[in-house]
Amino acid sequence: MSDPEIQNQDDVRSLGTDAPPAIELRDINKSFGPVRANKNVCLSVKPGAIHGIIGENGAGKSTLMSILYGFYEADSGEILIGGKPATIRSSRDAISAGIGMVHQHFMLVDNMSVVENIMLGAESGAILTSSVAAARAELERLERDYSLDVDPDALAGDLPVGQQQRVEILKALYRGAEILILDEPTGVLTPQETDQLFRILDSLRKQGVTIVLITHKLREIMAVTDDVSVMRGGEMIAHRETAQTNKEELAELMVGRKVLLSLDKAAPQAGETVLAVEGLTFVDKAGVPRVDNISFSVRAGEIVGIAGVSGNGQSELLELLSGVRPVTAGGFSLMGERFSASRRLDPAKMRDLKVAHVPEDRLRSGLVRTFAAEESAVLGYHRDAAYNGAVFTKRDAIQQDCATKMTDFDVRPPNPKLKTANFSGGNQQKLVLAREISRDPRLLLVGQPTRGVDIGAIEFIHRNIVAMRDAGSAVLLVSVELDEIMSLSDRILVMFEGRIVGEVPAHEADERLLGLMMANAAPERSEAAG
Amino acid sequence: MAAAPGKIPRWVDVALIPLVNIALAFIVSGFILWTIDVDPLTALKTILVGAFGYSDAIGYTLYYTTNFVFTGLAVAVAFHAGLFNIGGEGQAYIGGLGVGLGILLVDSSLPFLLILPISILLAAAFGAAWAAVPAYLQAYRGSHIVITTIMFNFIAAALMVYLMVNVLIQPGSMSPESREFAPEGQLPFMHEVFGWFGIEVTPSPLNLSVVWAAICCVLVWAFIWRTRWGYEIRTVGANETAAVYAGIDPRRVIMLAMCVSGALAGFVGINEIMGVHHRLLLNFTAGYGFTGIAVSLMGRNHPIGIVLASLLFGMLYQGGAELAFEEPKVTRELVVTIQGLVILFSGALAYMMKGPIERAYLRIAGGLGRPAGQEG
Repeated sequence: MSDPEIQNQDDVRSLGTDAPPAIELRDINKSFGPVRANKNVCLSVKPGAIHGIIGENGAGKSTLMSILYGFYEADSGEILIGGKPATIRSSRDAISAGIGMVHQHFMLVDNMSVVENIMLGAESGAILTSSVAAARAELERLERDYSLDVDPDALAGDLPVGQQQRVEILKALYRGAEILILDEPTGVLTPQETDQLFRILDSLRKQGVTIVLITHKLREIMAVTDDVSVMRGGEMIAHRETAQTNKEELAELMVGRKVLLSLDKAAPQAGETVLAVEGLTFVDKAGVPRVDNISFSVRAGEIVGIAGVSGNGQSELLELLSGVRPVTAGGFSLMGERFSASRRLDPAKMRDLKVAHVPEDRLRSGLVRTFAAEESAVLGYHRDAAYNGAVFTKRDAIQQDCATKMTDFDVRPPNPKLKTANFSGGNQQKLVLAREISRDPRLLLVGQPTRGVDIGAIEFIHRNIVAMRDAGSAVLLVSVELDEIMSLSDRILVMFEGRIVGEVPAHEADERLLGLMMANAAPERSEAAG
Repeated sequence: MAAAPGKIPRWVDVALIPLVNIALAFIVSGFILWTIDVDPLTALKTILVGAFGYSDAIGYTLYYTTNFVFTGLAVAVAFHAGLFNIGGEGQAYIGGLGVGLGILLVDSSLPFLLILPISILLAAAFGAAWAAVPAYLQAYRGSHIVITTIMFNFIAAALMVYLMVNVLIQPGSMSPESREFAPEGQLPFMHEVFGWFGIEVTPSPLNLSVVWAAICCVLVWAFIWRTRWGYEIRTVGANETAAVYAGIDPRRVIMLAMCVSGALAGFVGINEIMGVHHRLLLNFTAGYGFTGIAVSLMGRNHPIGIVLASLLFGMLYQGGAELAFEEPKVTRELVVTIQGLVILFSGALAYMMKGPIERAYLRIAGGLGRPAGQEG
């Protein structure tokens, strides 16, 4: 419904192309209270191009796309679609303007078939059978035209993640989208699935679809986009042609200073075994084995990384080892002490044994949003004698302790009385890390240490984890970021459906090999797929 | 992503919104009064004078306030653990039973100075025990605490009727009441206390419990914000997953918070049984337990807020009674309606005005710093 059509030439701030831009945003402003999420943002996306938008968390990328898709209304500014001014107040307006969005978290009904999911909300009449037939015909045309292969009759819930994402893309195309917005599309994909997605995007581009790709991964920007725009602190900092730029420049633009993308670390000095896991099993309430007969060990002075696509039992493994979840079968030894289903651990006892745990989801489990930072900084150690008198807590000691941690770990602003929720993601993570690391743990369990953390803080957090290793701690690292696993770990274990499907020394690991193992398709895999 | 909501200063949340809620309740009440030809402003004046105009009026107001402080604190402590204790009424009832049984047993043999701490302990123990059963069912069996505490109110009422009619009734009496306590088992009235110092005060039901209520406010504040047990309660209430991560057992915290909550509600028995009626009887809780929910919500679960909200409700109870007495057209039921409107607006609808007021504040505050002539 938005056929590109030449408007008054003076209306178009053309960037050297003849056709009007598919999307043009002019001076978009959006505030949430005193927070200015978007400041005079201008953006011009060429038709039929893949345009990357990159920026740290909180840079305003999602706000901008939410404005474009009608979730928020801009305080001021203009939106032009195909050169024509558009008013987008709801996602319905966006769809009729030819904009489709693929969300980070899929919006599919698991127990409906692909074709039913695709027509959901866009049925052609009250009688479903004719709608289904029409939708099926259209779906088959779309699959053929864009070479997107999905079985129309499969249940959405049965499809692997990569295919579910294709269904989302087909949903948008079915609704006539000529502009496709993808919000962090690769977060849940294996490297192979990511490559497939990029091939799909490439073929969509060849068919004339305009694609906006939101991501914080520099690699993806370099791999697939034509143009890239960098956001920082709510402002559009720079526009570049991808061919004219490089990772280092983009990282510097994102952060506003030079960033070291690689990590220097010495060879590990592995000592005695701290953690020995033997046949550890956890079966959830539905009877599904989430952690399935796992055995491995971690020695003092080494970092063992667990790679895997999110949801393959890594979270449960950390929760078992930290005592949050009860073991179903098997067990583990910690500095010689054995724990199993019959001798269960609780997280408090675990801390007494000098096991520190940086949880995967710091806001869900690692911190209490409504607490002052100093209160969050003693979570789990709040019974410690240093913080307590006979009856009352020692408030001065708690505050002093938090202030010290904030100085040591560069938590900003260094104000122990500030509410936890008012710190940025990176500073919250530094606070958790400070709390867990500052007691010289024998074993450090770390989950997703840099999820939602700014590039600048990532560097700091990584250096601290390596410093813990060099100081003689055993470190078990779980992350879905392969770059992180590969740059930090000394040994890499790969988890798939609750099992460890392979082990690789870090220096032999590459993305392709790990990716194959994560999909349980590596040639040297030890067990058959379940 | 950067969608941190705008900063709203604390006074908007703590003072402005409750005041707007009360004002709305009074406006609706005024409209009702106006429809029956009662001048709303005269009625308001009658309520205020009736509640604060003379010394025994103040006494009555503070006597009601005492009950609301106990039940409001009870609701607040449970609320900090993320629990909605609707059972204050029943816990107060059973707390009073504990006080009465204790005094009936020992008032002839022990001095007042021993009976007082025993009574306080019994009120706490009985109230806590009555709260402990729903707490156990919630913590270990997953029965929802709102349902079970409501049901325990009915069980408490039935139990009290049975005990008063069949067991504790004074022999030869027609009304279901126990015998009167000996003077050693009676808490002095405040007018008596003032009398000891030669200050003449008109008699009212206000008794020494008001001092205990004030002490409880300080104790609850210290418990919640200055001890590790309060820290654990607040952690469970704010984020149970984080509590588990921190090695806090939410089940134990539920038991602890509910027992403290029930104990506080039980202290209504000190005020009513030991302080005013000096005998065990039926229905002395008179809805204080339920009003405590509104008090706690309005007081933002903080002792200072609870004291202020309790004063408001004390004023409404006492001033409302005065209004029904002074204005023939205003019936007792209408006074209950006005109290109900205040509870409705400041309790059930406490957050109705939050959004509009905060947006209005941001528009006013933001309008100062924003360039003029910007239209979206």
